[in-house]
Amino acid sequence: MLDRKLLRNLRTLVGQVVTIALVVAAGIANYVALQGTWHTLNESRDQYYEQERFGDVFAACTRAPLSVADRIEALDGVARVYPRVSEIVSLPFDDDPEPSAGQVVGIPSDGDPPPLNDVVLQRGRWPEPGRADEVMILDNFATARGIAPGDPLPVILNGSRRELRVVGTGLSPEFIFAMEPGAAVPEPDAFAIIWMFEDAARAGFQMEGAFDDLVIQLQPGASEAQVIDAVDRILEPYGGFGAVGRDQQMSNYFLDEELGQLEQMATVVPFIFLAVAAFLLNIVLSRLIRLQRPQIAALKALGYDDRAIGLHFLKLVTFVVLVGAAIGLGIGVWIGGAFVELYTQYFHMPDLRFRLTLDVALVGVAVSLAAAVIGSMVAVRSVIRLPPAEAMRPPPPPQYTRTLIERIGITRLFGTSARMVLREITRRPMRTFLSALGISMALAIMIAGRFGMDAFEHLIDEAFQTAMTEDLAVTFVRPMPRRIVRELEHLPGVNRAEGLRMVPVRFENGHRHRDSMMLGMHDGVTMRTLFDQTTGEARRAPREGILLNSKLAEILGLRVGDDVTVHVREGQRGVHRVPVAGLIDEAYGLQGYMHIDALNRLLREGRVVSYVLMDYDPRYEGEVLARLRDMRGVQSTFSRMALIGRVRAQTGETWGAMSFILTLFAATIAIGVVYNNARVALSMRSRDLASLRVLGFTRGEISAVLLGELAVQVLLAIPLGLLFGTLMAEGIMATADPERYRMQAVISSQTYAFATAVTLASGLVSALLVRRKLYHLDLIGVLKTRE
Amino acid sequence: MSSERVIHAEGVTKVYQMGEVEVPALRGVDIDLLEGELMVLLGASGSGKSTLLNILGGLDIPTAGRVLYRDWELTEAEDAELTSYRRQHVGFVFQFYNLIPSLTAAENVALVTEIADDPLDPKDALDLVGLKERVDHFPAQLSGGEQQRVAIARAVAKQPDVLMCDEPTGALDFRTGKLVLEVLERVNRELGTTTAVITHNVPIASMADRVVTLADGRIATITHNDTKVSPSEITW
Repeated sequence: MLDRKLLRNLRTLVGQVVTIALVVAAGIANYVALQGTWHTLNESRDQYYEQERFGDVFAACTRAPLSVADRIEALDGVARVYPRVSEIVSLPFDDDPEPSAGQVVGIPSDGDPPPLNDVVLQRGRWPEPGRADEVMILDNFATARGIAPGDPLPVILNGSRRELRVVGTGLSPEFIFAMEPGAAVPEPDAFAIIWMFEDAARAGFQMEGAFDDLVIQLQPGASEAQVIDAVDRILEPYGGFGAVGRDQQMSNYFLDEELGQLEQMATVVPFIFLAVAAFLLNIVLSRLIRLQRPQIAALKALGYDDRAIGLHFLKLVTFVVLVGAAIGLGIGVWIGGAFVELYTQYFHMPDLRFRLTLDVALVGVAVSLAAAVIGSMVAVRSVIRLPPAEAMRPPPPPQYTRTLIERIGITRLFGTSARMVLREITRRPMRTFLSALGISMALAIMIAGRFGMDAFEHLIDEAFQTAMTEDLAVTFVRPMPRRIVRELEHLPGVNRAEGLRMVPVRFENGHRHRDSMMLGMHDGVTMRTLFDQTTGEARRAPREGILLNSKLAEILGLRVGDDVTVHVREGQRGVHRVPVAGLIDEAYGLQGYMHIDALNRLLREGRVVSYVLMDYDPRYEGEVLARLRDMRGVQSTFSRMALIGRVRAQTGETWGAMSFILTLFAATIAIGVVYNNARVALSMRSRDLASLRVLGFTRGEISAVLLGELAVQVLLAIPLGLLFGTLMAEGIMATADPERYRMQAVISSQTYAFATAVTLASGLVSALLVRRKLYHLDLIGVLKTRE
Repeated sequence: MSSERVIHAEGVTKVYQMGEVEVPALRGVDIDLLEGELMVLLGASGSGKSTLLNILGGLDIPTAGRVLYRDWELTEAEDAELTSYRRQHVGFVFQFYNLIPSLTAAENVALVTEIADDPLDPKDALDLVGLKERVDHFPAQLSGGEQQRVAIARAVAKQPDVLMCDEPTGALDFRTGKLVLEVLERVNRELGTTTAVITHNVPIASMADRVVTLADGRIATITHNDTKVSPSEITW
């Protein structure tokens, strides 16, 4: 019988059930989408690594005889080694003025799959043994470039152009995230992986009987650090760059960073939603229960015990949560699918598809249910505690007093209806405050979901607009005499060219190290500013010692005055100890700076450059690029605007999707809070409102009385929400600490305005929904009943 | 006394649809409310008197028949027009006082005076019902009789053309009830407000100019009192 009552309650409460269920759904959808995406990516990666035998330790050197690999294989803890050739090459496509870069990776010449870091064939076929010109390329590059099996591939091998033939496309666990060394962001169409038979590669790079790249699989339980140490010792005489574990393997490193951020979002945001849902359930249920007080008393008088009645209301709560869960799971799977789809553009894994695991779904539902039950328990208990006789009487009439504001004497400014609003608010200040708190959370979520775009714009501004001003950066296959700068400056349309020395290095201090770049600059460089974002000052590259990126110094545990060990990963590959002359807080990257003369001296090379910045008349861009492509020694060109465009497109897409979804959910919360408050206020005050109607108040006038209270809640919520949103953004920035870039919690006024506008609109929508109910107020019925 | 008609109703029929059952509440009532008169509507519970009063007061619309306020056809009025009719011309007093608990006595009256064209001062209205000293009290601080008198003050403060009272003493004890009736009589006498009082309490009829008895949705009798009895002399 109680169940039948439950069903009928649900029917009359349909608006409230729906709005609360939607808030629960938003929480669950959020949790399922973010956690599910994280789990999917994480598990897909682990599975992929396992299936395709991804190595544990990776080492590179200048050139080592193959027998060295056997010595490494014999080391304690090493299960298997795979020595190969891996070289960066330039791809001079005829139809593209900017040469693309590629990485040639050797595969066994007998046609067998590589023992480690296997390649998963996507299209076409595996190269046929004996056909030296047949290669496989990274599937995403092929797609981005429109290259199909059978197409030719131009490659500069050791200075001369060769035409290879693409016979297949593939994916590999070592290139889930493929990026040209030195590039700021991945460019799927500008960086190719080329899998070539070892024999052909060795011939092409004059590496016969030798290797320059080593993949190592460890035995279970082996110490990675010990193996790395031993490998480094063995490879030292062969120009070893220092071995790294998976954590420093480039693809995995980026993946870890992205997944770390995702995990963070997936933990914090959904719980805010679930907490708000619990709070809403508490508000609505406690009022619903208060309205049902006489019925509860009657049930108790009839002999139903507290448990049965408590259970009755818990069923109501459970029903609401389950409806929300069903909607939330559906939406969550859909959004998760979209998220994973978004990630597949940058993370290249075969068959990457959103998978909802049972545990994620169950945790989402269980947490919501627990939150809801806790939220409603308080209200249920307060009614159950009452003896039936007392509960059957209506609750004592509300006591009102003049508000403090009125006593101060501003009363004259208010009409009588405004006074009703004011007293209603001051009589239950906590309720007003809590409701405002709920709405403010919605606003804060919108800010948290959107500010990332602002922060990224700021980062772009700092790193790619203020600190850089060149049109084009040119890299060379080897250091060039400084006169190349004059040569480039004399190209048609070029206003200015500045030469820098950029050298790939490993910065090391004790066990800690990072692979990065060292930049040599002379004082007259105008197109790069060493801009410190904390102090706002422009710094100079020191003539003595090195100016180190402060994040890098933090990772390595270095302070000004300490020495940093620099392993040069190019040319003669020396190891140097350089004193840290200063630290610079930059928005992007992990690099170090020296004066170019000092760097040239350190490297015992002549006055050379390897990186030239150019400023030209945009009308001559085509010609400049064409001349550069034909120039010997030029490896790649990087257009700054193109770089900004790519950064914007990629981050804009991810943040845009995130922001859209969070906004939608946040609006659900705002509507949920406002609408439910309005409904409850309506049911508790219908008598007053009906009285006013009888007295001749118009519908509009009574709407103002009811909705005025809500308006106050919303208005109160706005400053609170702006504050919480800012704090939330700062919190997210403080905990998310990617190494690659340092975002600041910059929130634009548009973001604030947008969040405020959506909140106001949600309030308005709820108000309009309730107004419809208000129009159908039963005047006579209400007035005929006793209070 | 002038005999001009303030409200004219003819053939008023009201049928309530209760699920699948049709419940007739009024079956063709013809009645006039005359300028300045005090009319008592008598009838047993369910006789249709409240329904009639609600229709005359613009709170409800009849299923059939016509109601005119002076020359204004109320039966064809929109909700906004009925609101305006109530706002300008009608004062209501109910059995349950329906005061706004968050407003003081004076403010409850001010609710009406703020929206009326030619209202009394709220304090004067409260003075009229003998509550001069209680203007700043909230409803929860007033007795039932006092609350009902605030309700009357609120109803008359706009200087309505018609005062409609539905069982105004129904929730009050004898002594307080009489006090409320005295106030109604005084408003009718001093302000000349046309007043209709619903009651099932027969002795109250003796204070009326005219007594209309309803039974089963029809007018059973209409009688004129040649001599009105002062409420203070009524006993029940």
